Amino acid sequence: MNELIRLLAYMLGLAAFLGLNLAYLGWVERKGAGHFQRRTGPKDVGPYGLLQPLADGLKLMSKQLVVPANADRALYMCAPILIMVPAVLLFVAIPFGEHLVPREFNFGLLMMFAFASVGGLSILIGGWGSGNKYSLIAGARAVSQNVAYEIPMLITAINIVMITGSMDLNEIVRQQGAYIWNWNIFRLDKSLLMPISFLVFFICSLAETNRTPFDMGECEGELVAGYHTEYGGMGFGLFMMAEYANLVIGCSLTTILFLGGWQSPIGIFPGPHWFLLKMYFLIWCFVWIRWTYPRTTFWGLLNLSWKYLIPFSLVNLLLTALFIKVF
Amino acid sequence: MNPSLFSPEGLAGVIFLILICVTMIGAIIATCTKRLIRSVSGLAVCFVGVAGLYYFLSSPFVAMMELLIYVGAVCVTIAFAIMLAEPDEAKMARKLSGLSGGLAAVCGGAVSFALGYAAVNGHWMAPAVQANDGSLKMIGQSLLTKYSMVFELISIVLLVAIIGSVALARAGRRGN
Repeated sequence: MNELIRLLAYMLGLAAFLGLNLAYLGWVERKGAGHFQRRTGPKDVGPYGLLQPLADGLKLMSKQLVVPANADRALYMCAPILIMVPAVLLFVAIPFGEHLVPREFNFGLLMMFAFASVGGLSILIGGWGSGNKYSLIAGARAVSQNVAYEIPMLITAINIVMITGSMDLNEIVRQQGAYIWNWNIFRLDKSLLMPISFLVFFICSLAETNRTPFDMGECEGELVAGYHTEYGGMGFGLFMMAEYANLVIGCSLTTILFLGGWQSPIGIFPGPHWFLLKMYFLIWCFVWIRWTYPRTTFWGLLNLSWKYLIPFSLVNLLLTALFIKVF
Repeated sequence: MNPSLFSPEGLAGVIFLILICVTMIGAIIATCTKRLIRSVSGLAVCFVGVAGLYYFLSSPFVAMMELLIYVGAVCVTIAFAIMLAEPDEAKMARKLSGLSGGLAAVCGGAVSFALGYAAVNGHWMAPAVQANDGSLKMIGQSLLTKYSMVFELISIVLLVAIIGSVALARAGRRGN
Protein backbone atom coordinates (compact mmCIF):
# COMPACT_ATOMS: atom_id res chain seq x y z
CA MET A 1 0.00 0.00 0.00
CA ASN A 2 2.84 2.37 0.84
CA GLU A 3 4.36 1.63 -2.55
CA LEU A 4 1.06 2.50 -4.22
CA ILE A 5 0.82 5.86 -2.40
CA ARG A 6 4.46 6.58 -3.28
CA LEU A 7 3.76 5.82 -6.96
CA LEU A 8 0.67 8.02 -7.00
CA ALA A 9 2.53 10.87 -5.34
CA TYR A 10 5.34 10.60 -7.88
CA MET A 11 2.92 10.52 -10.78
CA LEU A 12 1.16 13.66 -9.56
CA GLY A 13 4.47 15.35 -8.84
CA LEU A 14 5.88 14.48 -12.24
CA ALA A 15 2.71 15.67 -13.96
CA ALA A 16 2.96 19.01 -12.14
CA PHE A 17 6.71 19.32 -12.83
CA LEU A 18 6.20 18.45 -16.48
CA GLY A 19 3.24 20.77 -16.96
CA LEU A 20 4.97 23.74 -15.37
CA ASN A 21 8.17 23.12 -17.32
CA LEU A 22 6.44 22.72 -20.68
CA ALA A 23 4.42 25.88 -20.10
CA TYR A 24 7.16 28.08 -18.73
CA LEU A 25 10.05 26.97 -20.92
CA GLY A 26 8.08 28.49 -23.78
CA TRP A 27 7.91 31.71 -21.78
CA VAL A 28 11.65 31.54 -21.00
CA GLU A 29 12.41 31.02 -24.66
CA ARG A 30 10.28 33.96 -25.80
CA LYS A 31 11.54 36.23 -23.07
CA GLY A 32 15.14 35.21 -23.85
CA ALA A 33 14.61 35.75 -27.56
CA GLY A 34 13.13 39.15 -26.84
CA HIS A 35 16.03 40.35 -24.75
CA PHE A 36 18.63 38.94 -27.16
CA GLN A 37 16.99 40.97 -29.91
CA ARG A 38 16.56 44.11 -27.77
CA ARG A 39 12.82 43.65 -27.41
CA THR A 40 10.93 42.94 -24.22
CA GLY A 41 9.26 39.66 -25.13
CA PRO A 42 5.80 38.84 -23.74
CA LYS A 43 4.86 41.47 -21.15
CA ASP A 44 1.14 42.19 -21.32
CA VAL A 45 -0.49 39.15 -19.71
CA GLY A 46 0.27 39.26 -16.00
CA PRO A 47 3.44 40.65 -14.39
CA TYR A 48 6.44 40.18 -16.75
CA GLY A 49 4.09 38.24 -19.02
CA LEU A 50 4.04 35.38 -16.57
CA LEU A 51 0.48 34.40 -17.41
CA GLN A 52 1.29 34.23 -21.13
CA PRO A 53 1.57 30.37 -21.19
CA LEU A 54 -1.94 30.15 -19.73
CA ALA A 55 -3.30 32.40 -22.47
CA ASP A 56 -1.41 30.43 -25.13
CA GLY A 57 -2.78 27.16 -23.80
CA LEU A 58 -6.36 28.46 -23.79
CA LYS A 59 -5.95 29.72 -27.34
CA LEU A 60 -4.51 26.42 -28.58
CA MET A 61 -7.20 24.36 -26.87
CA SER A 62 -10.08 26.46 -28.18
CA LYS A 63 -8.94 26.17 -31.79
CA GLN A 64 -10.72 23.93 -34.23
CA LEU A 65 -8.92 20.74 -35.26
CA VAL A 66 -8.71 20.75 -39.03
CA VAL A 67 -7.52 17.63 -40.82
CA PRO A 68 -6.11 18.45 -44.27
CA ALA A 69 -8.02 16.89 -47.16
CA ASN A 70 -5.27 14.62 -48.45
CA ALA A 71 -3.84 13.71 -45.04
CA ASP A 72 -3.78 10.14 -43.80
CA ARG A 73 -6.34 10.74 -41.08
CA ALA A 74 -5.37 7.96 -38.65
CA LEU A 75 -1.64 8.66 -38.80
CA TYR A 76 -2.23 12.41 -38.69
CA MET A 77 -4.20 12.12 -35.46
CA CYS A 78 -1.83 9.57 -33.89
CA ALA A 79 1.48 11.36 -34.43
CA PRO A 80 1.18 14.17 -31.81
CA ILE A 81 0.08 11.64 -29.18
CA LEU A 82 2.84 9.19 -30.10
CA ILE A 83 5.51 11.87 -29.88
CA MET A 84 4.34 12.87 -26.41
CA VAL A 85 4.29 9.37 -24.89
CA PRO A 86 8.03 8.52 -24.82
CA ALA A 87 8.87 12.11 -23.85
CA VAL A 88 6.66 11.90 -20.75
CA LEU A 89 7.55 8.31 -19.94
CA LEU A 90 11.28 9.00 -19.67
CA PHE A 91 10.82 11.23 -16.62
CA VAL A 92 10.14 8.07 -14.62
CA ALA A 93 13.81 7.09 -14.64
CA ILE A 94 15.42 10.46 -13.88
CA PRO A 95 17.07 10.65 -10.42
CA PHE A 96 16.25 14.15 -9.19
CA GLY A 97 17.85 13.46 -5.82
CA GLU A 98 19.51 10.55 -4.09
CA HIS A 99 16.15 9.30 -2.78
CA LEU A 100 13.95 11.23 -5.17
CA VAL A 101 13.70 8.73 -8.02
CA PRO A 102 10.27 7.65 -9.24
CA ARG A 103 11.60 4.25 -10.29
CA GLU A 104 15.17 3.02 -10.32
CA PHE A 105 15.96 0.98 -13.41
CA ASN A 106 19.07 -1.15 -13.79
CA PHE A 107 19.16 -0.10 -17.42
CA GLY A 108 18.04 3.49 -16.99
CA LEU A 109 20.55 4.89 -19.46
CA LEU A 110 19.65 2.32 -22.11
CA MET A 111 15.98 3.02 -21.51
CA MET A 112 16.53 6.73 -22.15
CA PHE A 113 18.07 6.01 -25.53
CA ALA A 114 15.52 3.32 -26.41
CA PHE A 115 12.48 5.52 -25.88
CA ALA A 116 14.15 8.59 -27.33
CA SER A 117 14.70 6.67 -30.56
CA VAL A 118 10.97 5.91 -30.76
CA GLY A 119 10.33 9.66 -31.01
CA GLY A 120 11.97 9.77 -34.44
CA LEU A 121 9.42 7.38 -35.88
CA SER A 122 6.50 9.52 -34.71
CA ILE A 123 8.04 12.60 -36.34
CA LEU A 124 8.23 10.62 -39.56
CA ILE A 125 4.62 9.44 -39.20
CA GLY A 126 3.47 13.02 -38.54
CA GLY A 127 5.37 14.34 -41.53
CA TRP A 128 4.05 11.63 -43.81
CA GLY A 129 0.50 11.65 -42.50
CA SER A 130 0.10 15.39 -43.12
CA GLY A 131 0.00 14.83 -46.86
CA ASN A 132 2.18 17.89 -47.43
CA LYS A 133 5.50 17.67 -49.24
CA TYR A 134 7.18 20.24 -46.99
CA SER A 135 6.15 18.25 -43.93
CA LEU A 136 7.46 15.07 -45.55
CA ILE A 137 10.84 16.59 -46.40
CA ALA A 138 11.11 18.05 -42.92
CA GLY A 139 10.18 14.72 -41.32
CA ALA A 140 12.80 12.89 -43.37
CA ARG A 141 15.40 15.52 -42.47
CA ALA A 142 14.59 15.47 -38.77
CA VAL A 143 14.81 11.70 -38.65
CA SER A 144 18.03 11.38 -40.61
CA GLN A 145 19.49 13.96 -38.26
CA ASN A 146 18.29 12.08 -35.19
CA VAL A 147 19.67 8.80 -36.49
CA ALA A 148 23.01 10.40 -37.36
CA TYR A 149 23.52 12.03 -33.97
CA GLU A 150 22.24 9.10 -31.95
CA ILE A 151 25.39 7.14 -32.83
CA PRO A 152 28.05 9.50 -31.40
CA MET A 153 25.76 10.18 -28.44
CA LEU A 154 25.47 6.47 -27.65
CA ILE A 155 29.20 5.88 -28.11
CA THR A 156 30.02 8.80 -25.80
CA ALA A 157 27.57 7.47 -23.24
CA ILE A 158 29.34 4.09 -23.41
CA ASN A 159 32.47 5.88 -22.12
CA ILE A 160 30.56 6.73 -18.97
CA VAL A 161 29.19 3.20 -18.69
CA MET A 162 32.70 1.79 -18.96
CA ILE A 163 33.98 4.12 -16.26
CA THR A 164 31.12 3.49 -13.83
CA GLY A 165 30.32 -0.11 -14.80
CA SER A 166 26.60 0.55 -14.49
CA MET A 167 23.69 1.84 -16.52
CA ASP A 168 21.72 2.78 -13.43
CA LEU A 169 21.45 6.57 -13.62
CA ASN A 170 21.41 7.00 -9.86
CA GLU A 171 24.50 4.80 -9.51
CA ILE A 172 26.29 6.91 -12.12
CA VAL A 173 25.54 10.03 -10.09
CA ARG A 174 26.52 8.33 -6.84
CA GLN A 175 29.94 7.42 -8.19
CA GLN A 176 30.70 11.04 -8.99
CA GLY A 177 31.95 12.60 -5.81
CA ALA A 178 30.80 15.63 -3.92
CA TYR A 179 33.26 18.16 -5.32
CA ILE A 180 33.35 19.64 -8.78
CA TRP A 181 36.60 17.88 -9.75
CA ASN A 182 34.99 14.51 -9.02
CA TRP A 183 32.35 14.95 -11.69
CA ASN A 184 32.69 12.95 -14.86
CA ILE A 185 33.45 16.03 -16.94
CA PHE A 186 36.66 16.63 -14.98
CA ARG A 187 37.59 13.05 -14.12
CA LEU A 188 40.89 13.16 -15.98
CA ASP A 189 42.16 10.17 -14.00
CA LYS A 190 39.67 7.99 -15.88
CA SER A 191 40.15 9.45 -19.32
CA LEU A 192 42.01 12.54 -20.47
CA LEU A 193 39.33 13.34 -23.01
CA MET A 194 36.38 13.66 -20.64
CA PRO A 195 35.82 17.42 -21.19
CA ILE A 196 35.75 16.81 -24.94
CA SER A 197 33.36 13.89 -24.48
CA PHE A 198 31.10 16.29 -22.64
CA LEU A 199 31.29 18.69 -25.57
CA VAL A 200 30.42 15.92 -28.04
CA PHE A 201 27.50 14.83 -25.88
CA PHE A 202 26.28 18.41 -25.60
CA ILE A 203 26.43 18.95 -29.37
CA CYS A 204 24.61 15.68 -29.94
CA SER A 205 21.87 16.57 -27.49
CA LEU A 206 21.46 19.91 -29.28
CA ALA A 207 20.98 17.99 -32.52
CA GLU A 208 18.78 15.29 -30.98
CA THR A 209 16.33 17.87 -29.67
CA ASN A 210 16.25 19.60 -33.08
CA ARG A 211 17.48 22.90 -31.70
CA THR A 212 19.32 25.65 -33.53
CA PRO A 213 21.94 25.50 -35.05
CA PHE A 214 20.61 22.07 -36.03
CA ASP A 215 16.89 22.80 -36.44
CA MET A 216 16.87 21.56 -40.03
CA GLY A 217 13.54 19.83 -39.43
CA GLU A 218 11.68 23.08 -38.97
CA CYS A 219 13.63 25.78 -40.73
CA GLU A 220 10.91 28.34 -41.33
CA GLY A 221 12.59 29.84 -44.37
CA GLU A 222 12.52 26.75 -46.56
CA LEU A 223 9.98 24.39 -45.04
CA VAL A 224 7.26 26.69 -43.57
CA ALA A 225 7.33 25.13 -40.08
CA GLY A 226 8.70 21.66 -40.66
CA TYR A 227 6.92 18.46 -39.85
CA HIS A 228 4.17 20.20 -37.89
CA THR A 229 3.22 22.63 -40.66
CA GLU A 230 -0.25 21.11 -41.08
CA TYR A 231 -1.04 20.91 -37.39
CA GLY A 232 -3.15 23.52 -35.68
CA GLY A 233 -4.51 23.93 -32.19
CA MET A 234 -3.44 21.37 -29.63
CA GLY A 235 -1.86 19.09 -32.26
CA PHE A 236 0.74 21.77 -32.78
CA GLY A 237 0.78 22.35 -29.03
CA LEU A 238 1.68 18.71 -28.40
CA PHE A 239 4.58 18.88 -30.86
CA MET A 240 5.89 22.00 -29.13
CA MET A 241 5.48 20.46 -25.69
CA ALA A 242 7.26 17.29 -26.80
CA GLU A 243 10.14 19.45 -28.00
CA TYR A 244 10.44 21.09 -24.57
CA ALA A 245 10.04 17.75 -22.80
CA ASN A 246 12.90 16.37 -24.89
CA LEU A 247 14.91 19.46 -24.05
CA VAL A 248 14.42 18.85 -20.33
CA ILE A 249 15.32 15.18 -20.74
CA GLY A 250 18.43 15.94 -22.81
CA CYS A 251 19.67 18.47 -20.27
CA SER A 252 18.86 16.14 -17.37
CA LEU A 253 20.82 13.35 -19.02
CA THR A 254 23.81 15.61 -19.63
CA THR A 255 23.63 16.73 -16.00
CA ILE A 256 23.46 13.16 -14.74
CA LEU A 257 26.22 11.77 -16.93
CA PHE A 258 28.74 14.60 -16.79
CA LEU A 259 27.83 17.25 -14.24
CA GLY A 260 27.25 15.11 -11.18
CA GLY A 261 23.45 15.14 -11.02
CA TRP A 262 22.35 15.96 -7.49
CA GLN A 263 25.93 16.14 -6.16
CA SER A 264 26.98 19.49 -4.79
CA PRO A 265 29.92 21.32 -6.40
CA ILE A 266 31.24 22.60 -3.07
CA GLY A 267 30.66 19.48 -1.02
CA ILE A 268 27.74 20.63 1.12
CA PHE A 269 23.97 20.12 0.89
CA PRO A 270 23.68 17.66 -2.01
CA GLY A 271 20.12 17.43 -3.23
CA PRO A 272 17.58 18.02 -5.98
CA HIS A 273 18.19 21.78 -5.96
CA TRP A 274 21.68 21.27 -7.44
CA PHE A 275 20.22 18.98 -10.08
CA LEU A 276 17.60 21.55 -11.06
CA LEU A 277 20.16 24.37 -11.02
CA LYS A 278 22.51 22.54 -13.39
CA MET A 279 19.68 21.38 -15.63
CA TYR A 280 18.18 24.85 -16.00
CA PHE A 281 21.61 26.31 -16.64
CA LEU A 282 22.03 23.87 -19.55
CA ILE A 283 18.56 24.72 -20.83
CA TRP A 284 19.46 28.40 -20.65
CA CYS A 285 22.58 27.62 -22.71
CA PHE A 286 20.33 25.98 -25.30
CA VAL A 287 18.17 29.09 -25.51
CA TRP A 288 21.28 31.25 -25.62
CA ILE A 289 22.73 29.26 -28.51
CA ARG A 290 19.42 29.28 -30.34
CA TRP A 291 19.19 33.04 -30.48
CA THR A 292 22.90 33.67 -31.04
CA TYR A 293 23.96 31.39 -33.88
CA PRO A 294 22.49 30.99 -37.37
CA ARG A 295 21.34 27.63 -38.72
CA THR A 296 23.83 25.37 -40.49
CA THR A 297 23.10 23.75 -43.83
CA PHE A 298 21.80 20.21 -44.03
CA TRP A 299 25.09 18.96 -45.52
CA GLY A 300 27.09 20.72 -42.85
CA LEU A 301 24.96 19.00 -40.24
CA LEU A 302 25.37 15.49 -41.64
CA ASN A 303 29.06 15.99 -42.40
CA LEU A 304 29.71 17.10 -38.83
CA SER A 305 28.18 13.91 -37.51
CA TRP A 306 29.44 11.30 -39.96
CA LYS A 307 32.86 12.74 -40.73
CA TYR A 308 33.92 14.23 -37.40
CA LEU A 309 31.82 13.23 -34.40
CA ILE A 310 31.47 9.51 -35.11
CA PRO A 311 35.16 8.82 -35.90
CA PHE A 312 36.19 11.02 -33.00
CA SER A 313 33.90 9.31 -30.52
CA LEU A 314 35.09 5.88 -31.68
CA VAL A 315 38.72 6.91 -31.10
CA ASN A 316 37.68 8.38 -27.77
CA LEU A 317 36.07 5.08 -26.80
CA LEU A 318 39.24 3.15 -27.65
CA LEU A 319 41.41 5.60 -25.69
CA THR A 320 39.14 5.39 -22.69
CA ALA A 321 39.22 1.59 -22.80
CA LEU A 322 43.02 1.70 -23.03
CA PHE A 323 43.22 4.15 -20.15
CA ILE A 324 41.02 1.98 -17.95
CA LYS A 325 42.98 -1.14 -18.84
CA VAL A 326 46.41 0.41 -18.29
CA PHE A 327 45.78 2.32 -15.06
CA MET B 1 -6.44 -22.40 -9.65
CA ASN B 2 -7.48 -18.93 -10.66
CA PRO B 3 -5.80 -16.07 -8.84
CA SER B 4 -8.11 -13.16 -8.14
CA LEU B 5 -7.95 -10.20 -10.48
CA PHE B 6 -6.43 -7.79 -7.99
CA SER B 7 -3.71 -10.03 -6.62
CA PRO B 8 -0.22 -9.48 -8.08
CA GLU B 9 -0.52 -12.68 -10.16
CA GLY B 10 -3.89 -11.63 -11.52
CA LEU B 11 -2.65 -8.16 -12.49
CA ALA B 12 0.42 -9.69 -14.10
CA GLY B 13 -1.87 -11.91 -16.12
CA VAL B 14 -3.93 -8.92 -17.25
CA ILE B 15 -0.76 -7.08 -18.29
CA PHE B 16 0.39 -10.17 -20.17
CA LEU B 17 -2.93 -10.29 -22.04
CA ILE B 18 -2.69 -6.57 -22.87
CA LEU B 19 0.82 -7.06 -24.25
CA ILE B 20 -0.34 -10.03 -26.34
CA CYS B 21 -3.21 -7.88 -27.67
CA VAL B 22 -0.84 -5.03 -28.57
CA THR B 23 1.44 -7.45 -30.41
CA MET B 24 -1.45 -9.08 -32.28
CA ILE B 25 -3.11 -5.77 -33.20
CA GLY B 26 0.21 -4.44 -34.47
CA ALA B 27 0.75 -7.56 -36.55
CA ILE B 28 -2.78 -7.40 -37.99
CA ILE B 29 -2.37 -3.71 -38.91
CA ALA B 30 0.99 -4.48 -40.49
CA THR B 31 -0.40 -7.21 -42.73
CA CYS B 32 -3.94 -6.03 -43.51
CA THR B 33 -3.53 -2.39 -44.44
CA LYS B 34 -3.02 -1.34 -48.05
CA ARG B 35 -0.76 1.64 -47.33
CA LEU B 36 2.87 0.77 -46.73
CA ILE B 37 3.49 3.52 -44.19
CA ARG B 38 0.63 2.19 -42.07
CA SER B 39 2.18 -1.27 -42.28
CA VAL B 40 5.39 0.13 -40.83
CA SER B 41 3.44 1.80 -38.02
CA GLY B 42 1.75 -1.52 -37.31
CA LEU B 43 5.11 -3.24 -37.29
CA ALA B 44 6.37 -0.67 -34.78
CA VAL B 45 3.35 -1.32 -32.53
CA CYS B 46 4.04 -5.05 -32.82
CA PHE B 47 7.67 -4.54 -31.77
CA VAL B 48 6.59 -2.46 -28.80
CA GLY B 49 4.33 -5.32 -27.74
CA VAL B 50 7.17 -7.82 -28.11
CA ALA B 51 9.46 -5.56 -26.08
CA GLY B 52 6.78 -5.47 -23.39
CA LEU B 53 6.67 -9.27 -23.41
CA TYR B 54 10.44 -9.42 -22.92
CA TYR B 55 10.12 -7.01 -20.02
CA PHE B 56 7.32 -9.18 -18.62
CA LEU B 57 9.68 -12.17 -18.82
CA SER B 58 12.11 -10.12 -16.69
CA SER B 59 14.76 -9.53 -19.31
CA PRO B 60 14.76 -5.71 -19.44
CA PHE B 61 18.00 -5.57 -21.41
CA VAL B 62 16.50 -7.46 -24.35
CA ALA B 63 13.31 -5.36 -24.10
CA MET B 64 15.25 -2.09 -24.30
CA MET B 65 17.37 -3.41 -27.17
CA GLU B 66 14.21 -4.45 -29.00
CA LEU B 67 12.92 -0.87 -28.72
CA LEU B 68 16.24 0.75 -29.58
CA ILE B 69 17.07 -1.42 -32.57
CA TYR B 70 13.75 -2.60 -33.99
CA VAL B 71 11.51 0.42 -33.39
CA GLY B 72 14.18 3.12 -33.43
CA ALA B 73 16.36 1.83 -36.24
CA VAL B 74 14.74 -0.93 -38.30
CA CYS B 75 11.31 0.71 -38.63
CA VAL B 76 12.87 4.08 -39.48
CA THR B 77 15.05 2.40 -42.11
CA ILE B 78 12.02 0.66 -43.60
CA ALA B 79 10.17 4.00 -43.65
CA PHE B 80 13.06 5.54 -45.59
CA ALA B 81 13.00 2.59 -48.00
CA ILE B 82 9.27 3.18 -48.55
CA MET B 83 9.96 6.77 -49.53
CA LEU B 84 12.13 5.42 -52.36
CA ALA B 85 9.61 2.78 -53.44
CA GLU B 86 6.81 3.26 -55.94
CA PRO B 87 3.82 5.28 -54.71
CA ASP B 88 0.86 3.47 -53.15
CA GLU B 89 -1.60 4.59 -55.84
CA ALA B 90 0.28 2.77 -58.59
CA LYS B 91 0.39 -0.39 -56.51
CA MET B 92 -3.33 -0.33 -55.67
CA ALA B 93 -4.23 -0.10 -59.35
CA ARG B 94 -2.31 -3.29 -60.14
CA LYS B 95 -4.30 -6.45 -59.64
CA LEU B 96 -2.87 -9.42 -57.81
CA SER B 97 -3.51 -12.83 -59.33
CA GLY B 98 -5.96 -15.02 -57.43
CA LEU B 99 -3.34 -17.72 -56.98
CA SER B 100 -1.16 -15.67 -54.60
CA GLY B 101 -3.95 -15.28 -52.07
CA GLY B 102 -4.63 -19.03 -51.98
CA LEU B 103 -0.93 -19.81 -51.73
CA ALA B 104 -0.55 -17.37 -48.85
CA ALA B 105 -3.52 -18.96 -47.06
CA VAL B 106 -2.03 -22.47 -47.46
CA CYS B 107 1.45 -21.41 -46.29
CA GLY B 108 0.08 -19.40 -43.36
CA GLY B 109 -2.19 -22.27 -42.32
CA ALA B 110 0.66 -24.77 -42.49
CA VAL B 111 3.01 -22.60 -40.44
CA SER B 112 0.42 -21.79 -37.78
CA PHE B 113 -0.63 -25.48 -37.59
CA ALA B 114 3.01 -26.56 -37.14
CA LEU B 115 3.67 -23.93 -34.48
CA GLY B 116 0.44 -24.75 -32.65
CA TYR B 117 1.20 -28.48 -32.79
CA ALA B 118 4.70 -27.91 -31.43
CA ALA B 119 3.39 -25.63 -28.68
CA VAL B 120 0.72 -28.07 -27.52
CA ASN B 121 2.55 -31.37 -27.90
CA GLY B 122 6.16 -30.37 -27.31
CA HIS B 123 7.87 -31.32 -24.08
CA TRP B 124 8.60 -28.02 -22.45
CA MET B 125 11.38 -27.88 -19.96
CA ALA B 126 10.49 -26.50 -16.57
CA PRO B 127 11.65 -22.89 -16.23
CA ALA B 128 15.20 -23.35 -15.07
CA VAL B 129 16.86 -21.01 -12.65
CA GLN B 130 17.75 -17.75 -14.30
CA ALA B 131 20.98 -18.11 -16.29
CA ASN B 132 22.53 -15.05 -14.67
CA ASP B 133 21.39 -11.98 -12.81
CA GLY B 134 20.86 -10.08 -16.05
CA SER B 135 23.30 -7.36 -15.07
CA LEU B 136 25.41 -5.52 -17.59
CA LYS B 137 28.59 -7.26 -16.49
CA MET B 138 27.14 -10.75 -16.89
CA ILE B 139 25.75 -9.96 -20.33
CA GLY B 140 29.10 -8.58 -21.45
CA GLN B 141 30.99 -11.58 -20.11
CA SER B 142 28.71 -14.15 -21.70
CA LEU B 143 28.77 -12.26 -25.02
CA LEU B 144 32.55 -12.36 -25.08
CA THR B 145 33.05 -15.91 -23.75
CA LYS B 146 30.14 -18.31 -24.26
CA TYR B 147 28.60 -16.60 -27.27
CA SER B 148 31.73 -15.07 -28.79
CA MET B 149 31.31 -17.09 -32.01
CA VAL B 150 27.80 -15.71 -32.57
CA PHE B 151 29.01 -12.25 -31.69
CA GLU B 152 31.83 -12.40 -34.24
CA LEU B 153 29.57 -13.85 -36.95
CA ILE B 154 27.07 -11.02 -36.48
CA SER B 155 29.85 -8.47 -36.74
CA ILE B 156 30.99 -10.08 -40.02
CA VAL B 157 27.43 -9.88 -41.39
CA LEU B 158 27.26 -6.19 -40.44
CA LEU B 159 30.68 -5.54 -41.96
CA VAL B 160 29.61 -7.13 -45.24
CA ALA B 161 26.43 -5.05 -45.22
CA ILE B 162 28.36 -1.83 -44.62
CA ILE B 163 30.91 -2.60 -47.34
CA GLY B 164 28.11 -3.51 -49.73
CA SER B 165 26.21 -0.30 -49.12
CA VAL B 166 29.37 1.79 -49.47
CA ALA B 167 30.18 0.04 -52.75
CA LEU B 168 26.66 0.68 -54.05
CA ALA B 169 26.78 4.33 -53.00
CA ARG B 170 30.16 4.86 -54.65
CA ALA B 171 28.96 3.29 -57.90
CA GLY B 172 25.95 5.60 -57.89
CA ARG B 173 28.08 8.67 -57.35
CA ARG B 174 30.44 7.84 -60.21
CA GLY B 175 27.47 7.60 -62.57
CA ASN B 176 26.73 11.29 -62.17
